[in-house]
Amino acid sequence: MAEIEIRALRKAFDSTEVLKGVDVTIEEGEFISLVGPSGCGKSTLLRIIAGLEPQSSGEILIDRASVDGVRPSARNLAMVFQSYALYPHLSVFDNIAVPLRMKRLSTLERAPLIGQLLPGRRRIERGIRADVERVAEQLEISSLLKRKPGQLSGGQRQRVAVGRAIVRQPRAFLFDEPLSNLDAKLRVHMRAEIAQLHRQLKTTFIYVTHDQAEAMTMSGRIAVMIGGELIQVGTPAAIYDDPHDIRVAEFVGTPKINSFPGKVRGDGRLEVLGHVLQATTPSVAGDCRVCVRPERIEMSATGALSGTVVHLENLGSEAFVHIGSAGMDTPVVARVNDPRQLPALGAAISYGFAPDAVRAFDAGGKRIATSAAPRVDRPREVAVG
Amino acid sequence: MADAATAPGGMAAAPGARARAFPTLRQAGGSRAAYALTAPALVLMLLMLIGPLAGVIALSFTDYQLGAPSFAWIGLSNYQEMFADRVFWISLKNTLTYVAVVVPGAVALGLGIALLIQSGTGLRGLYRTIYFLPVMATLIAMAIVWEFMLHPQFGLVNGLLHAAGLQGHSWLQDRATALYALCVIGIWQALGFNMVLFLAGLVSIPKHLYDAAELDGAASAWSRFRLVTWPMLGPVTLFVVVISAIRSFQVFDTVQVLTKGGPSKSSEVLIYTMYAEGFEFFRSGYAAAVTVVFLAFVLSLTLIKSVLGRRDVHYA
Repeated sequence: MAEIEIRALRKAFDSTEVLKGVDVTIEEGEFISLVGPSGCGKSTLLRIIAGLEPQSSGEILIDRASVDGVRPSARNLAMVFQSYALYPHLSVFDNIAVPLRMKRLSTLERAPLIGQLLPGRRRIERGIRADVERVAEQLEISSLLKRKPGQLSGGQRQRVAVGRAIVRQPRAFLFDEPLSNLDAKLRVHMRAEIAQLHRQLKTTFIYVTHDQAEAMTMSGRIAVMIGGELIQVGTPAAIYDDPHDIRVAEFVGTPKINSFPGKVRGDGRLEVLGHVLQATTPSVAGDCRVCVRPERIEMSATGALSGTVVHLENLGSEAFVHIGSAGMDTPVVARVNDPRQLPALGAAISYGFAPDAVRAFDAGGKRIATSAAPRVDRPREVAVG
Repeated sequence: MADAATAPGGMAAAPGARARAFPTLRQAGGSRAAYALTAPALVLMLLMLIGPLAGVIALSFTDYQLGAPSFAWIGLSNYQEMFADRVFWISLKNTLTYVAVVVPGAVALGLGIALLIQSGTGLRGLYRTIYFLPVMATLIAMAIVWEFMLHPQFGLVNGLLHAAGLQGHSWLQDRATALYALCVIGIWQALGFNMVLFLAGLVSIPKHLYDAAELDGAASAWSRFRLVTWPMLGPVTLFVVVISAIRSFQVFDTVQVLTKGGPSKSSEVLIYTMYAEGFEFFRSGYAAAVTVVFLAFVLSLTLIKSVLGRRDVHYA
């Protein structure tokens, strides 16, 4: 268990800056996800924490001690790689035993032939065998110990990689997109297993993924990273519901949040597609984006905005209606909880949303505060309608 | 050449296997088409490889002399004579010694240089080219250069030794050192080729295995080499060892140019014996028998490679 503190971390490859000053403290025993689109620098950050890559500037502290210049092997962190990085020539048993052998045996004891003859070797090997078997049992891979990685399925390799990571009880686990090579069904299953593993081990987990669903479902906190910067760090609910930046709002949540072109009027009211909303903002007048999650779009005859149904996505338990509207480049997506009540393709419909569903962002993409405009003459507050 | 000798069996089996896999009414026609399609390769192989090979084996049972109008079948007499001949045994022993020195030397140095070049950051292309030059250069010409370098009076090697305050030596003229001098040239010539193969093998080792090794506690370069590099190079190493061994068995150019097997047979090798018997004393039958022994060695090396190769190759 370890607390990991990252201070003003920068990393540049030649002239391209990959990390532009990252500050975050990862609590002891926490499960934090680093999430962001590909190329945002999240894997680089993980590799710097692991020590596989030096930072250009800034500092990393593990348990309040700086680890700059400390070799990866001495940091006592374990990493699970996207490609699993199992040693193909070693059996599953030997793969899991590698970190233990490296730690408990001296170079001479590891040597072939001579090593076998040294007195302590047998006893240490017995201890290693017991530890490997315990971990294999925990991960339900005991029957695979004699196999080579090439004879395993993707999910089994994944487990072996996790086994190799947990066997030596490191201070923290680093996961580098460990599920992205698995098929969709197995991925969902492994999500639950990794979350369960975290509850069991109670160790610090740093989990890098580009899949916001993984981050949302598994972690205690999410750090959204875009363009080499940590834009927002918070609980999954906070990230989803209270995004500080339009990039966070757009990255988190599927389907993507609806983003309407809008305006802050002189009197502080928000305006979307020519309709004045029942929402006000203390922000200065000017252009803005008004964002609303698909589940907050209400299709009703009284809705003030209108469009035609251009596409329907029925997922069985829910459905998404894509509504093409005048003045919008992309269709507005609305979630329908009951797929049996879908409008017809091509039908003209009206829609609206409540004022508290509005997340508004200024021209620079920063969040601007909004509040429902006081109205007493209508019992139900509908922002547009 | 030995690789090809085992191939026709496999080729001939293929059409039959196909016909069995698809038993149809047109089976007869199908297999005829299959034979027709493999025929060009089969004919070429018979003409270029199997034919000459059978010819050499047949020749080794005759007393044919180069240019002679007739010959007689003499059974195993050539082999009897050969196994009784002291020169043949010296030649065989020298060849095996040469292989035993050159193969480990060229493989270890080739690997070492490949590792150095791979771990370096700059001038990789330059170093690669420099070490590969001996492979591209004509060995006969290079042998003459070596002759000058090893010259007892004005050679560069002895010159350097003198400068360092050491005694010079008649490297190629001394029975004790002639073969080993040839070994050094052999290593120098072969290591560039091995280096290129090892470099290709090193490049194909996934980078993330080294990352995993680092995190697993392999802190020293040696432990990473033992854990990742060496096992992952297994297939390449096997190939390099066998190719080096076959090429060392074939050593001839340097012997012919520098020592002609001397002094007093101390650097006589199999191919040189074959050449001398066949083209200097015109005893083609006897030379063919020496060739058959040579082929047996090369063939067994190829077999070892294919057996080990099947067992020891692991890919992720």
